[in-house]
Amino acid sequence: MTLIAATAAAAHATAAHATATTAAADTHGFLSPTGVEIAFLLVGLATFGAGLVTVTTRQLVHAALWLVVTLGGLAVEYLLLTAEFIAWVQVLIYVGSVVVLLLFGLMLTKAPIGRSPDADSGNRWAALTVAVAAAAALVWVVVDAFRTTWIDLDGPAAGSTAVTGASLFQNWVLPFEALSVLLLAALVGAIVLSRKAKAEMSSPPVNSRAVTGSSPSAPDSRNHPIEGNRLNEGTSQAEQEGAR
Amino acid sequence: MHLAYPAVLSALLFCTGLYGVLARRNAILVLMSVELMLNAVNLNLVAFDVWLSKAAQDTLHSGQALTLFTIAIAAAEIGIGLAIVLAVYRNRGTSDIDKLRDSAEGHESDGPDGDALTAEETGKAEAAA
Amino acid sequence: MTTTTLAVLVPLLPFLGAAAGLLLGRTAPGFVRPLAVVPALASLVLAVLVAVRQGGGQAIDAATELTPTGSVPIELALHIDGFAALVAILVGVVASCVQIYSTGYLRDDPRYPSYAALVSLFTSAMLLVVYSGDLIVLLVGWEIMGICSYFLVGHYWETPEARAASIKAFLVTKLGDVPFLIGLFALATDAGSFRITKVLGTVASGGLHHPTLVALLLLAGVAGKSAQFPLHTWLPDAMAGPTPVSALIHAATMVAAGVYFIARLLPVFEASQAAMVVLAVMAAVTMVGSGLAALAQDDIKRVLAYSTIGQLGYMTGALAVGDRGAAVFHLLSHGAFKALLFLAAGVIIHAAGTNSLAAMSRMRGLRDRVPDAYWTMTVALLALAAIPPFSGFFSKESVLAAEHAATGHTQLAPVAAGWITLVAGLLTAVLTAAYAMRLWLLAFRGRGAEAPDHGRQPLTMTVVLWVLAVPSLALGGLAYRSLPDWFDGRDLTPTLTTSVLGTGLALVGGILTYAAWRHTTAVAARVPLGAVAAHPEGGAGLVEAEAIAGHAPAYGGVASAPDLTDPGRLLLGPLYRHAAVGFHVDAVYAALFVRPVQAGASLVRFLDREVVETYVRGAGALPRLLGAAVRRAQTGNVQTYVSALLAGTVVLAVAALLVATGV
Repeated sequence: MTLIAATAAAAHATAAHATATTAAADTHGFLSPTGVEIAFLLVGLATFGAGLVTVTTRQLVHAALWLVVTLGGLAVEYLLLTAEFIAWVQVLIYVGSVVVLLLFGLMLTKAPIGRSPDADSGNRWAALTVAVAAAAALVWVVVDAFRTTWIDLDGPAAGSTAVTGASLFQNWVLPFEALSVLLLAALVGAIVLSRKAKAEMSSPPVNSRAVTGSSPSAPDSRNHPIEGNRLNEGTSQAEQEGAR
Repeated sequence: MHLAYPAVLSALLFCTGLYGVLARRNAILVLMSVELMLNAVNLNLVAFDVWLSKAAQDTLHSGQALTLFTIAIAAAEIGIGLAIVLAVYRNRGTSDIDKLRDSAEGHESDGPDGDALTAEETGKAEAAA
Repeated sequence: MTTTTLAVLVPLLPFLGAAAGLLLGRTAPGFVRPLAVVPALASLVLAVLVAVRQGGGQAIDAATELTPTGSVPIELALHIDGFAALVAILVGVVASCVQIYSTGYLRDDPRYPSYAALVSLFTSAMLLVVYSGDLIVLLVGWEIMGICSYFLVGHYWETPEARAASIKAFLVTKLGDVPFLIGLFALATDAGSFRITKVLGTVASGGLHHPTLVALLLLAGVAGKSAQFPLHTWLPDAMAGPTPVSALIHAATMVAAGVYFIARLLPVFEASQAAMVVLAVMAAVTMVGSGLAALAQDDIKRVLAYSTIGQLGYMTGALAVGDRGAAVFHLLSHGAFKALLFLAAGVIIHAAGTNSLAAMSRMRGLRDRVPDAYWTMTVALLALAAIPPFSGFFSKESVLAAEHAATGHTQLAPVAAGWITLVAGLLTAVLTAAYAMRLWLLAFRGRGAEAPDHGRQPLTMTVVLWVLAVPSLALGGLAYRSLPDWFDGRDLTPTLTTSVLGTGLALVGGILTYAAWRHTTAVAARVPLGAVAAHPEGGAGLVEAEAIAGHAPAYGGVASAPDLTDPGRLLLGPLYRHAAVGFHVDAVYAALFVRPVQAGASLVRFLDREVVETYVRGAGALPRLLGAAVRRAQTGNVQTYVSALLAGTVVLAVAALLVATGV
């Protein structure tokens, strides 16, 4: 909490610094929309609306589809913020694979198609209270802190593929490699989880011989790790592409 | 562009995800909401990175690098998360979070008769909150 | 080896035997019997050696102080005079006989190892009491006997009678032991030592401040241990134990300890005339009452139990007139013939399959089944009835002579004590002969169905009877001349007056009983009585346990049977009903002690349950409410937890912001 306050204070300081160095900042008053801002606002509203629908809809599959809209909207926002590589990665990974994975998950857990009246738990009102309070606090703080801060979107794009790739492989190469180890760990973890679940599933009826008996269905259980694998490949491919 | 726009959008999306995490019953919907929260953070990171790269001549692009890492980690998370949800679903026959109450005090609400108790107690928790 | 070493070994050997028996009982069952019998025999031999070396002369005194106590010293002391030496021999003989007998009697008993070890411990404790020259060491042996009697009487703990009897024996003797302990402390405080020699020295020099109080306190413990009125009630009930245990308790150990203790500390009692009179009254009441009660008992062992009480009354009577030589003489001869009576009774119970005299009187030919028991028991009963020339005659006549002498002017005892005990003793002579005759007639002269045939009794059981028959027959006649050398030197020869009176009265009692029996036996055949014969193939111990357990359901009570042909019923007339239940002493105790204690217990229970517990519950209510409230929060629903967590976070963040911005 003090951290938030500190960041806010730091942001204040930076903003003051920015205004001191760039005199142009003064020309952009509070809520004086430009074209990009209007576009951002509209797309942002759509994104937020889609997000709201995602967390409130009673149709589980629809929630996943509305999530696609939200994530796609966010990709557009990235583009508007000149972070084009992030935007495409967003589309590729989130819209392309995460949502597909979630849909698979929904279907594998036999989620009901159509309206399910009990999609929300009884915790709904508590959740709403907490969320609204948190939103109010955050928005208040953020608006109070960055009311006058101006992002200069002119000039060379800050998030072009070249810039991002250079930064990633010059400054962030070690964390990048560490991340690959993490992905490997996640891969192994997903396999282990699935297999253990399978062994537990088949152990109650027969004791130890069930291990051999369950081998025909073993490929089934590896579906998800394979998907995760594919996803990881996608990530690295995208990143390699970005690097080029 | 004013920094307030992406920051506010990010805050709103984050709280939307928060609501989803707290209110959704199906574990996969909860995971979706988690994705929403992650994306809100990503938007924040990207916006500040773009701002700082111009305003403070930042060349590290740490925000964007972190966003990429977040995306990768989120992908890994969703893989593991779904594996766990599927394992739970196989074992329990349900992926509803409020039926997984093994840590509850007093009673073992694993059977079908736990539902009434569950509903009653969530009502109470709700009242308490 | 010096005499002291030998004397130390006498109680030590059975103790070691008991320890080894308890340790090896389960792992090496083959050693149990030797470990039970050999130490008893060895300590008998050693006791004889000690007696030979002591020779009735100067008392052997040895003492060692283990550690200073800070006040009155406690020493491991031996004090062996003629009394101690001879009583130790008696204990050794009876204990050896009982151990040998038990190997046959409890042959099939699964709990024989612990039983044998406890008997050894019992013997050891009694020998400690006999040899001890220090009152606290004596008390140790005294209390060990108490706890051993508890265990041994409760040997058949499967039966409720045995359980009740063991607890009763323990509680009643302890009831006497508390004043006994206080009396010992008072005595030692006056004397400045627990050593018996020093205590007696103090008494002789008149250093005892409250002789009456001390004597009465000690008397309570003696009455408990030696089963004198009014603390005698445990003894008849203790018949629920195995017969060898009864023999041990009654003949040589537990009940003898009280008499022996008075004999040891007789000068203390003599210092108080009042105590002597109390002792005399106690002895008289005990003698007459037990004689009457014995005449009405149906259980053969209870008859013998009451007879023990009566004979102990003789001994305390002799002590009341200040003649401990006569008392210990009677103790010795009584030990021999009473052990024999009990062991023979065990054989009879085994053969007859019942302990009920009424049932035995309806069996023909029981004496042919157990000829050894028949002949030896006849000898013992004649000794009990004090018929010359059996040993009981000489010892009892010495008691009566002492009492008769006390009716004149002696400086030792009050005249009243002499008269009381003499009259009671003569009356008891009639009763003794009567119940001995009744026992003999009912047990061996039964008519009716053939007695069941259980085969021959084990040799270990019958040989012991003959061994004990010898002193019962001859001890008195051979010993009465030489015993005064061992004792105080007072003459134990029967006097003419009391001999004629005692024997004549005994004959009268016997003849009366025989006449009554002749009268009733005519109708006996016409009044059938359901005889209960226990498990015929079982071992003696099993048969006895079943007989004890079966007596109350079969005949309506542990003590009596509804046998209209009982000669005792004819002789006692209206008294019979009261005598059968021991003159309602138990009922008096129940009214005086048991019911108040039970009422108090239920009051305490009520207070505890209703009052104290209410407070406890009240104190627990608030934490329980709080706990219930907190437990409500532990729903197990992760979302609830996270909601609370995030709500708290938001609240804290807002608070921090407000503080930071200084609003």
